[in-house]
Amino acid sequence: MNYDFSLIIEKFPIFLPAALETLKIAAASILMGVILGLIIAFGRLSKHKIIYYLSTLYVTIIRGTPIILQLFIVYYGLANIIKLDPYPSAIIAFGVHNAAYIAEIFRGSILSIDKGQMEAARSIGMSNFLAMRRIILPQAFKRAVPNLGNQFIIAVKDSSLASTIAVRELLLKSQQLGSSTFRFMEYLLIAGIYYLIITVILSFFVNKLEKRLAVNER
Amino acid sequence: MVKVAKRSDKSMIRVESINKSFGDNQVLHDINLTVHEGEVVVIIGPSGSGKSTLLRCINFLEKSESGQIYFGEELVVHKENAINKMRQNVGMVFQHFYLFPHMTVLGNIIEGPIQVKGMKKQEAIKLAEELLDKVGLLDKKDFYPAMLSGGEKQRVAIARALAMSPKFMLFDEPTSALDPELVGDVLNVMNQLAKEGMTMLVVTHEMGFAKEVADRIIFMDEGKIVEEGNPDSFFLNPENERVKDFLGCII
Repeated sequence: MNYDFSLIIEKFPIFLPAALETLKIAAASILMGVILGLIIAFGRLSKHKIIYYLSTLYVTIIRGTPIILQLFIVYYGLANIIKLDPYPSAIIAFGVHNAAYIAEIFRGSILSIDKGQMEAARSIGMSNFLAMRRIILPQAFKRAVPNLGNQFIIAVKDSSLASTIAVRELLLKSQQLGSSTFRFMEYLLIAGIYYLIITVILSFFVNKLEKRLAVNER
Repeated sequence: MVKVAKRSDKSMIRVESINKSFGDNQVLHDINLTVHEGEVVVIIGPSGSGKSTLLRCINFLEKSESGQIYFGEELVVHKENAINKMRQNVGMVFQHFYLFPHMTVLGNIIEGPIQVKGMKKQEAIKLAEELLDKVGLLDKKDFYPAMLSGGEKQRVAIARALAMSPKFMLFDEPTSALDPELVGDVLNVMNQLAKEGMTMLVVTHEMGFAKEVADRIIFMDEGKIVEEGNPDSFFLNPENERVKDFLGCII
């Protein structure tokens, strides 16, 4: 059987619902990753021993084990305690996963801000919290943007693993159509093109944000 | 020329038996120092003598191991709230300026009054513009720090500290990071402040400034106050050998 690449154009539109699923999982897990990641980053920077060790343990475990294992633990492993549907399972597992990496990105960018910035803020009477919010974080966030963008792209691609627990996203769609017609290549390429479109658009906006934030610097 | 003492007998800041170590290295040995209201005290000494550390201990940017600091007559306890309260009254100017790079010049100055004191924005802007006028930089108010020269940055930093209406100002080598031709503008602003009666504690290597503006000069070496006196006697007849050597090197 020859490849029939005209199928790619013909069948491209029927992947749209699956692409939206991919987008939703990626967006939700990134949002969760950013919020949880910021909290873990503060934990990693905390002088409080227990908080520091707990957050370090979190990062060590999540970064040190495969993402697909984490997904299976949430979906299959936890089933005895709480039975989650595939869709929320994927978002929780990926969110928890992204948080570990995003925490390290935030921690690094917070540490990269000159200690003098905190001292200057404290010297005008700001509390630690206020100085963090008004002086350190806005600068740290700026420096985190390129790495965050990178992590967001990884998160989009990692969402394809949700196909293993029957979330109807891009990869599952192409596998299903491929196995019923034996035209794997054509359908896999459609999924690939969707992923590429999403990641290219995402990096375009990240670049734009980076440029906009860099305005005040030499 | 005899200087007329303008200081009162009321103490602005009193440092009692401060000790500070970094690891095994003791950088401050049992320091006692009082700065009176309206007084300008200049600390000089070789690098590594503990001058900057003393200044930073006074503002609690470093934690001293033992000793007390009194602001006015009040003991400042090692509690976040007490320290924040004191810092609102004590302005600090750093060697490397530390302006907030993500804010404009105006933004830097109104930040403290609005966020810490809860001043209304309009009022804070008015205050900031007055201060910028005073340091000669009103035309730069919408610039970002990266667009300023070192001397301009330092003058903005002084205005930022003044915006909190401090009773007392600490200067940590404010001109050491500047190109020589920019030093004068910053010293002029400090000179002006001194004339207006601001209480100041200044760590500097600018002997001209020390001679002209200081009411009292303190010489530190190896974490101790070795000699102190009024500028005339200090520069003309230093008693301590170490001071003589130091002055011999730089004048």
